[in-house]
Amino acid sequence: MVRSTILSGSIWIAASTVALPCAAAAQTLQNFVVIGDGIATSLTGTPGDAARGRALVVERSSTCILCHNGPFPEQRFEGDLAPNLAGTGSRWSAGQLRLRLVDASRLNASTIMPSYYRVDGLDRVGAAWRGKPILSAEQIEDIVAYLVTLRE
Amino acid sequence: MKSIPAIIGAALLVTAGIVAPLLATEIPQGARRSGYSFTAPETQAIQNDDTANPGMLSVLDGASLWKDKAGALSKACADCHHDAGVSMRGVAARYPAFDQALGRPVNLEQRINLCRVRNQQATPLAYESHELLALTAFVAEQSRGVAIETGADPQLEPFITKGRDLFMHRQGQLNLGCTNCHDDNWDKHLAGSAITQGQPTGYPLYRLEWQSLGSLERRLRSCMAGVRAQPYDYGAPELVELELYLMSRARGMPIETPAVRP
Ligand code: HEC
Ligand code: HEC
Repeated sequence: MVRSTILSGSIWIAASTVALPCAAAAQTLQNFVVIGDGIATSLTGTPGDAARGRALVVERSSTCILCHNGPFPEQRFEGDLAPNLAGTGSRWSAGQLRLRLVDASRLNASTIMPSYYRVDGLDRVGAAWRGKPILSAEQIEDIVAYLVTLRE
Repeated sequence: MKSIPAIIGAALLVTAGIVAPLLATEIPQGARRSGYSFTAPETQAIQNDDTANPGMLSVLDGASLWKDKAGALSKACADCHHDAGVSMRGVAARYPAFDQALGRPVNLEQRINLCRVRNQQATPLAYESHELLALTAFVAEQSRGVAIETGADPQLEPFITKGRDLFMHRQGQLNLGCTNCHDDNWDKHLAGSAITQGQPTGYPLYRLEWQSLGSLERRLRSCMAGVRAQPYDYGAPELVELELYLMSRARGMPIETPAVRP
C-alpha cells in the first residue's frame, strides 16, 4: 500500500484533538482595555517568556502555523493562508500584537484569524472547547514576547 | 484575483436560476476542480488503477451484498432492481434526492436504508458500517463519469438554501465557515495539506489517512471537528442539507467513486 507523503488530514485533526496545555482550562478572562489599535498592558501584569512563546507558536495545538509560516526552519508543515511572521516585531508594537491575538476581528471584521482570547459570539463550539479561550492570558503574553523579537 | 470570473460565474448561475443571492467569492463554473487534481501523482495513480484502488474492494463487497437476500421478506436489492449497471446508472449523480414520504431530502446511504426498511423489512445498516459503505460505493460506482445533476428537483430548493447558509456560517472555537477555506482559500495550504474546493465528487472514498473507506458525512464531521465545532450527528438534517448544497454546487462535475484522497 502506498503511504501518504502528506500527512494532511492527520495534522488537521491533530489540531482539533490535542489537548491544550491546561492553563486555558476553565478560567475567567482577564479584563483588558483596548486603546486605538492595541492593548497597551500585559494581560497578566507581567511580561511573557519569548522562548515559551516560540515553542507555542510552532505547536499544532496553538493553531498558528496551520495558517502562517515564518522563521521556523525545523518545521516541515506550515500554512500559507496568512502573512509570513518574519519581521512581525518590526511592523507592530507589543500592544498591537496583543490585540491582534486577543481578537483580530476587532481590526478586520472579515478576518479568518481566530480570536484567541474570546469566548462570546461563537456558535456550536465543541464540548471540549466550550467556554474557554483558545489560549490563556499567559500563553498570549509568551507569544507576544516572542513576536516582538522577530525583527528584520 | 478571483472576483471578476466569480461575478461572471455568479451571473451564469443566477440566470440558470439555481441559487440566489450569490457572493462574489463562489467558485466560477469553469474554475471548479475535483479534490483529485490537488493530490500527488502517486495518489492519483492509485485512484486510476482499479486493481490498486482499495476502494474497489468495497465496491466488490457491495456487488455481493446487492445479491444477498435480507430481512423478513428475504429479498435482495437485485430482486427489485435487477442489473445495477442499468438500474443504478446515474442514480448517485442525483442524490441527495427528495423523499415524498419524509417530505425532505435523503442521501444515498439513507435511501439504501429506506429500501431495507420499506422493501426488505430489514434493520437499517449503521452509518460507516462496512456493509453500508460497500453498498453505497457499489451503487455510486455505477455512476462513474456521469455528470452530477443533484438539485434539479424544485422541491429541494429550500433545503439547498439551508445547506448553503450552513456552508457560509462560521462555527466552532476557531470561528470559521466552510466558505472561508473552500471558496476563498482553495488554492492555498493549511499546514502541509492542500485546501481543496471541498467537491463531493468521489464519495464514499478511500482516505489513506483513514486507511478505510468513508462517507461524505464523515469528511464533513472531521472538518467541523477541525474548527473545534460540535459535529452534527450522522444523518442529521443539517448534514444532509450541506451534502445537498455541495452536490448542487458541483453540478456538471463527473462522479468518481470510489476516489482516493490523502
Ligand atoms: C485561520 C487562519 C489563521 C490562524 C490560525 C492564525 N492567523 Fe494570524 N493572521 C491570519 C490572517 C489572514 C492575517 C492577515 C490580517 C488579517 O486578515 O487580519 C493574520 C495576521 C497576523 C499577524 C499580523 C501579520 C502582519 O505582519 O501583518 C500576526 C502577528 C499574526 N497573525 C499572528 C498569529 C499568531 C501568533 C497565531 C496563533 C496564535 C495566528 N496568527 C493564527 C490568519 C490566521
Ligand atoms: C480551516 C480550513 C477548513 C474549513 C473551515 C473546512 N474545511 Fe473542509 N477541508 C479542509 C482540508 C485541509 C481538507 C483536506 C483536503 C483533502 O481533501 O485532501 C478538507 C476536505 C474537505 C472535503 C473533501 C474534498 C475531497 O476531495 O474529498 C469536503 C467535501 C469538505 N472539506 C467540506 C467542508 C465543509 C462542508 C466545511 C464546513 C462544515 C468545511 N469543509 C470546513 C479544510 C477546511
